[in-house]
Amino acid sequence: MAVYNRDEFLNKLAAKLGRPRRTEGVVRPVWRVNPQYEVFKGMDQEELVDIFANQCEAIHTDFVRTDVAHLKNVLVDVIKSYGGESIILPKDPRNEIYGLPDCFNELQQDTNIHVWDYTIGKENEKIAERANIGITFSDITLAETATVTLFHNKHHGRSISLMPKNYIAIIPKSTLVPRMTQAAAIIHEKIEKGELVASCVSFISGPSNSADIEMNLIVGVHGPVKATYILVDE
Amino acid sequence: MSLKLEDIPFEEGVQKGIENDFMRQAVSGAQGRFRAGRLKQAQELGNWEDWRKLGEEIRTHTVNHIDFYLHQLSEQVEKRGGHVYFAETAEEANSYIKQVIQTKNAKKIVKSKSMVTEEIGLNDALAETGTEVVESDLGEWILQLEGDHPSHIVTPALHKNKEQIRKTFAQKRGYTGSSEPEELAAFARKQLRSDFLQADVGITGCNFAIAESGTITLVTNEGNADMVWTVPDTLITVMGMERIVPTWEEMEVLVGLLTRSAVGQKLTSYITAYTGCREEDEIDGPNDYHLVIVDNGRSNALGTEFQAALHCIRCGSCINVCPVYRHIGGHAYNSVYPGPIGAVLTPVLDGYDDHKDLPYASSLCGACTEACPVRIPLHEMLVLHRQKIVENGDTPFAEKMMMKGVGMWGGSPFVYKMSTKLAHSALKPWTKDETIENGPGPLKAWTAVRNLAAPPKQSFRSWFENRKKDGEN
Ligand code: SF4
Repeated sequence: MAVYNRDEFLNKLAAKLGRPRRTEGVVRPVWRVNPQYEVFKGMDQEELVDIFANQCEAIHTDFVRTDVAHLKNVLVDVIKSYGGESIILPKDPRNEIYGLPDCFNELQQDTNIHVWDYTIGKENEKIAERANIGITFSDITLAETATVTLFHNKHHGRSISLMPKNYIAIIPKSTLVPRMTQAAAIIHEKIEKGELVASCVSFISGPSNSADIEMNLIVGVHGPVKATYILVDE
Repeated sequence: MSLKLEDIPFEEGVQKGIENDFMRQAVSGAQGRFRAGRLKQAQELGNWEDWRKLGEEIRTHTVNHIDFYLHQLSEQVEKRGGHVYFAETAEEANSYIKQVIQTKNAKKIVKSKSMVTEEIGLNDALAETGTEVVESDLGEWILQLEGDHPSHIVTPALHKNKEQIRKTFAQKRGYTGSSEPEELAAFARKQLRSDFLQADVGITGCNFAIAESGTITLVTNEGNADMVWTVPDTLITVMGMERIVPTWEEMEVLVGLLTRSAVGQKLTSYITAYTGCREEDEIDGPNDYHLVIVDNGRSNALGTEFQAALHCIRCGSCINVCPVYRHIGGHAYNSVYPGPIGAVLTPVLDGYDDHKDLPYASSLCGACTEACPVRIPLHEMLVLHRQKIVENGDTPFAEKMMMKGVGMWGGSPFVYKMSTKLAHSALKPWTKDETIENGPGPLKAWTAVRNLAAPPKQSFRSWFENRKKDGEN
């Protein structure tokens, strides 16, 4: 690890700014206006669920609401509607808590289920690339934009929600916050406390898309072509 | 390193643009949709002016302390296992990147859309290494197959129609399908998947670097940048030095301004924030990470009246409202950065010599300034550029023409002259029943009081022809 040419480069910038270079002591000011904190202020979880559900439509994502007891049936239905075949998911304690293994028992015998296993290395990526469906839990969910936030780690590779044709996010209702403002604040606070942020944090709002050909919306480009968000009442 | 795309005079580029009917229609359609999308999102969010003020304040503070934040960023990236290379020039950046690629003995590189790599001419530099470079953004991939340049900073292949794209796919990649956008995209997905999986090195740009944690944020809809981050073991990020924010909280604010302004979306499908190398036992992400921070003339703006040009978040809103861009298209600017921001930024980065006509590619109507989510006074900066160009004794073609009495932009009252002399169609989006309501920029104040009669239908084409004739003697 190395840093090259930093001093010449930054000294020049400071000189252009007409002052000595600063490497410490700059404090981020309190911004004069802060409209980001006003959005959906004081709303309860139910109101946020409504906003979230509406926004799902805008981003071409199917929205299903259920509770823990019925999650199994709902998930089986969604998986079947995507044609089953092969599924990849992270190694996540929530898999058991939410009864995923049970649900997979309901699927056809020949459905391939792969739980991310770092000990087999890049093979995980290959499996993800071939998989028909990726399933993850959302760590923080943004109502305004219908966004799931994923903190990746050795048990949860980015590939899972990226490479398969279809993506299913399971969203515990308690993960719902108004907007990205709250997610950013949570991450910022952790950094201030000295925690390391995940090597990859992804904010995912629906399937991949593009407007690069004559400005027509094409859903499904490099990432998933279809997405379903399942909100689970706890 | 010149930012010029082609070695042709400004006049010629403009003429080409005007003659390209498909392009002009595509541009005006896109402008309308982008503009409508932005306004809808701004309205839904409410108090948009407060958001713009916040954006401006964040950008002003950050650029004022850019040495501090870049220092912090580099410390954090290093802590997370990455290398940081500060490049004063395009050549320095390119040769560092080439060196990394040669050390890796790379055969294939996948790239995600990045303006700064266009600016420094990275692809040409990489061609010298014999490595295959694949652009993975759908629009950029189309252009790469054709050997063409982007014409818009958000939708680079705006000037191509689907039939042209079908033909290119057929000729270059043996595509046999229809010109339906879905089918074209599905074909591109397949082709690019195999490129991603084989790539040894990935190269991305950077929307916002977060100083507090050494994080790079990428904003996309297609998911290509995520593929570029995920698969190859070696990753290089190239960022313009000003693309930085203090913390995640400012990133969040600016990303929201960017996605709303750029594409009329609350957020794009993917906002991905990655930091240094993958952790132990992680499979996805690079194990060799390089951040290249590029000056390439940006520091010319620091401490000058053009400093705020570095506040730009590359949303393209100014382009989407510009009546001149509407008529001449992106290529006419003959710069990596088209439209009002291009006319402001290009001479700052690259000097006036090659670009002294650019500050004249504007009607000074002020629509750009009003659209800018971080409140950069674009049209004022264009005036400043013109003053400087004239002070230098360097009178470009356009200025000569103006002095000959076309009087397009000079004299007073400026606003009325603009509205009568500038092409009728330039004002079209705001014209309703031949009176102007809610005109752009300075016109707005006027129309708020009374509706102006629409200017006579003098086309941009005829204006341009006159201008040319005048310029010749
Ligand atoms: S100058 Fe402003 S409006 Fe234009 S691209 Fe930059 S941020 Fe957007």
